[in-house]
Amino acid sequence: MDQTLLSRALTAELSAKAGASPQEIAWGLSRSRREFLRGAAGVVLGSTLMGGSPFLRGETVRKKRKVIVVTFGGGARDQETFAPEGQENIPHMLGELAPQSSFFTHVTNRGILGHYVATASLATGVYETLNNFSAVPPQHPTVFEYFRKDLKRPISDAWVVAPSNGFNRIGESDSRSFGPGMGAQVILPKHLLSAARSGATADFDHLLRDNYETPYYTPQLGGGEFELQQLEQILKLSVDDFMAHARTVSSPDELSIYIAKRLMKQEAPSLLWLTMHDIDIAHSGAYSLYIEAIQRTDRLCAELWQAAQSEPEYAGNTTLFVLPDFGRDADYDSGGNGFQHHRTGDTASRTTWMMALGAGVRQGVVYDEPMQSIDLVPSLGALMGFSPSLSQGTPIRGLL
Amino acid sequence: MIMQPRDLKPEKFAAYPPTAKKVILAHLGAVRELPLSFVPSLLREVIDYGIKFPAERSAIDKELANLSSLSKAQIKEWFQGFAQISLPAEFDKLDWVNQPAGFIEQESAYLWTTHQQDAFRKAATDYGTRLRAAAPPDAVPVRRLGIAIIGQGVASYDAPLFRNLRAHGTYFDRVKPEDGLEQLLAAAAARAKAHPVPYGHWYVDGGQAVEHSPLLTCVSYKALEPVRAELLKRIHAEIKRPGMGPEELRTDLAKLTPADLGMDHSGDAVLDGFQVRLFTEGSGTQIFSTTFAQWTAREALRRAQALTLLVRFAPRQRQRPMNELLSNSHPNPEIDPLGSLVDADMGASYHWINQQRLPGSEQSAFLAWFEGHSEAVVIAPYFAAGKQSSASVSLGDLLSYVAG
Repeated sequence: MDQTLLSRALTAELSAKAGASPQEIAWGLSRSRREFLRGAAGVVLGSTLMGGSPFLRGETVRKKRKVIVVTFGGGARDQETFAPEGQENIPHMLGELAPQSSFFTHVTNRGILGHYVATASLATGVYETLNNFSAVPPQHPTVFEYFRKDLKRPISDAWVVAPSNGFNRIGESDSRSFGPGMGAQVILPKHLLSAARSGATADFDHLLRDNYETPYYTPQLGGGEFELQQLEQILKLSVDDFMAHARTVSSPDELSIYIAKRLMKQEAPSLLWLTMHDIDIAHSGAYSLYIEAIQRTDRLCAELWQAAQSEPEYAGNTTLFVLPDFGRDADYDSGGNGFQHHRTGDTASRTTWMMALGAGVRQGVVYDEPMQSIDLVPSLGALMGFSPSLSQGTPIRGLL
Repeated sequence: MIMQPRDLKPEKFAAYPPTAKKVILAHLGAVRELPLSFVPSLLREVIDYGIKFPAERSAIDKELANLSSLSKAQIKEWFQGFAQISLPAEFDKLDWVNQPAGFIEQESAYLWTTHQQDAFRKAATDYGTRLRAAAPPDAVPVRRLGIAIIGQGVASYDAPLFRNLRAHGTYFDRVKPEDGLEQLLAAAAARAKAHPVPYGHWYVDGGQAVEHSPLLTCVSYKALEPVRAELLKRIHAEIKRPGMGPEELRTDLAKLTPADLGMDHSGDAVLDGFQVRLFTEGSGTQIFSTTFAQWTAREALRRAQALTLLVRFAPRQRQRPMNELLSNSHPNPEIDPLGSLVDADMGASYHWINQQRLPGSEQSAFLAWFEGHSEAVVIAPYFAAGKQSSASVSLGDLLSYVAG
């Protein structure tokens, strides 16, 4: 076989699934997740359920509702998570969260598979085409803008906690129909840390890496003053306390969870978006580090959910969504190098899952119906009562 | 207006190396008939013809000969998927003849942005399938053999190893580890002697290479330390330049030659070029020796189509902050033997997968061994898949059964 040619042309060689079309492979992944969850977590099929929506749509309920979106990032494959051989890596999601969840087994991302652009697509409900490695705003209105404008919510009610400088502009689009100041506030824990430690020693460098896709490059952001204001006025943290905590965490995502918890306590936003990113260490090619990151992210998702249950503003009225922005390349695609990247656009890298749990969500149900990642925003709109008019997705039936 | 392949004239290739120019001009008539979305990919391979491995040159020759043999109607049929790919007018500024790699980088980004990536992928898959049928690869002179040695420096490990590989072969839990490395290297050397194919028999070491036969093409992480250090120094300088972004950096790295990174001009130009690309095209190879070993194995198979490939993984450095790693400010980092074992276990699995993509896969053989220990797995004809054996055998004995 002409490997040079095949690699050059990004040929898909799914020898392990010879003869299967991408659609069949996607369904296979979906079925695998479903069967595994049915066995391991005792869930039932959504198609067997009848009856009306579990959501309560009274205005009073809507005003109190909190939604937290966590992107399980950046990019994890089934075989290290929801396939049988991956179960050991996600004990918390499997044992604690899945039984409480509506689990969607077949989520497809048809957009560009870069973390910033894919997360921006999740947040706008449109497959964005912006430069993945630039700190530029999404081209279409974000969920935060729809939420705040339609529901007349203050700026303190929508927050994003994101991993790297490239995500600095994700809270607000450059759409003219919304105008400046209608988006979410974005907090970048690593940038915060950078501001807090300016001129200090290098013992926090391991938290400051901007991203793993291009580890040599960090979009530069100005300032530092605003970050310190966020720290002191919003998070109610002194620089010393913040730095002391930073010394105890082992990864950027742990720092993000800490910030998210502070936000929940101090600001109690109704819409909180948290982008996790440790898993993307896979780009370094070290499988053990990728697995460790999945295990850590699994633990952190459970910690966040526990925190929501213990916060009076969140307990009982919060819906949590957990989903990867996309997957990673399959082992058998010759155009890639297995888990290391998400460059081929093969089925494994485009097909993922979503978990929804908490207020108004059916517990222990698995839905096989295909959905797209851009369906999240209209679903949030239906849930929270705003109209994402420019989103190109459709509300997810299992959540209606 | 973007220049189209039909506008190609011989003088456009004036800057090509002589051998590459000769190759492409011999088939210029066919190339003129091809769509632009495809041709730069072809030229990217041809332009480096002179420093390609023999297997790569043979593949290029076959591909071009096949293209020249096609009628216009056949070319239209073969390339209809590529012909439907649209490219923007701004690409007229790109010199796709002399800088095909830069063009492809831009093209790839554009395909993703315009949602044409899947169409391109399908066109490429269809073309690859047709080409394999029309110009099948040569038969291999000997059964291909892969050997992966993992776990150097790990005294004990309780979790199961070779989980991916065991499903395809027989797991041995009582192999005799004594002189295992020497036996495996001797077997590789014997194959190299019996089947002398240029760049056909390889020894890759993620650390320092041990004594081995000169008949083996050897690549080691330790030996390339000065090259790696020079590359990291350059990267560090580059990222401080104003306007530098990831694409620009990648383009700059792709232009680096062995001489740029301090390699001796008197060396093996083909192998030196290969080694430089391991660092400039690989991701993580500059940082982790386990990634280096895995990627080198992949590339030795993909590019050189190695008949024998022995890969010995070594402990990588403990994960440190990327900025610190890039600055290389701690010359004696701690190592992470257990993490490296997990990395290498997966690396061995990928070694086998990549080997199975090559001709003769139905007859190929593979052996993975936990260095210094009694665990090994063998995948080969006559070795039952998913089985376990407690036979007490030496690694040399095992290889004598499988190597063919």
